[in-house]
Amino acid sequence: MKLNLEKINGFSVLTVNEERIDAHNSGELKEYLLQLIDKGDIQIIVLLANVRFIDSSGLGALLSGNKQAAAKSGKFVLCAIQQQVMSMFELTRLNRVFEIYADLNDAFNTEN
Amino acid sequence: MCPSVIQVDVIIPTHTKYLDLIGSIGERIAKELDNFTGDREALAYQLNLVLTEATVNAIKHGNDSNPQDTVRISIHLFEKELNIKVYDHGQGFDLANVPLPDFEHPKESGMGIYLIRSLMDSVTYTKQEACNVLEIVKYLN
Repeated sequence: MKLNLEKINGFSVLTVNEERIDAHNSGELKEYLLQLIDKGDIQIIVLLANVRFIDSSGLGALLSGNKQAAAKSGKFVLCAIQQQVMSMFELTRLNRVFEIYADLNDAFNTEN
Repeated sequence: MCPSVIQVDVIIPTHTKYLDLIGSIGERIAKELDNFTGDREALAYQLNLVLTEATVNAIKHGNDSNPQDTVRISIHLFEKELNIKVYDHGQGFDLANVPLPDFEHPKESGMGIYLIRSLMDSVTYTKQEACNVLEIVKYLN
C-alpha cells in the first residue's frame, strides 16, 4: 500500500496514495496506523483525496486507528473524502464517529 | 424471465488480490445500462462495493483446507434487474442471524452484509449440494 507520512503543523499527515482500500490492503493500513500510534504519533490526519473506493474492511482499519488514537488522548482526523466514499461513512453512520474536514486547511484552522 | 442482456461468469482463486478485478466488472456494467435513469456514478460504486463485499465473504467462508479452492461469481444483467450470484465451497453461514451493526459502538468488522442489504433489493443465502450461493438482486429503473 502506498502511504506517505509528513509532519505538518505538529500533525502526522498520512496520505493514502491508493485509489482503492479493500480487504486486500486494509490490513496493511491498520497495521501502519497502529505502529504510528504505538510510537507516540497520536495527532494524526489521514488524507483520503486519492481514494475513490473503500469497503467495510477499509472503514474498519480507519476505525481501529481512531480508537487507538482516542485511547491515548490523541486526535484522529479524516480529510478530503470523495463523494462516493463519503456515502459509505454515511451509510454506516461512521460520519458521526470520525472528525472529518473538507481539506487540510480546514483541519488545521479548526485545531488552532 | 427474459434472457439476460449480459452474462459474466468469473472464477477466481480464494485470494483478495482479485477483489479489484471483480469490483471493476460491476462498475463497468453500471456504465453499460442504457435505460437506467438513476445516479449512475452511485450505482457503479454500489456494484463495485457489493461485489467486493460478497467476494470477501465467500473467500472468508471458503474451504480453508483446500489451497485450490475457488469462488465463482456470476452476474446476469436483465432489462430491469441485475442478478449477482456468488458461490463458495465452505461451511456456509446463517444470513438470518447476521446482526445489524451497533451504530452507537461501531466495530471494526461485520458491516459487509449490512452494506449489501442496504444497497440492494434482495439478498438470500442458500446451501446447495456442492456449494453455497449468495444471491443478490438489484431492480433497475
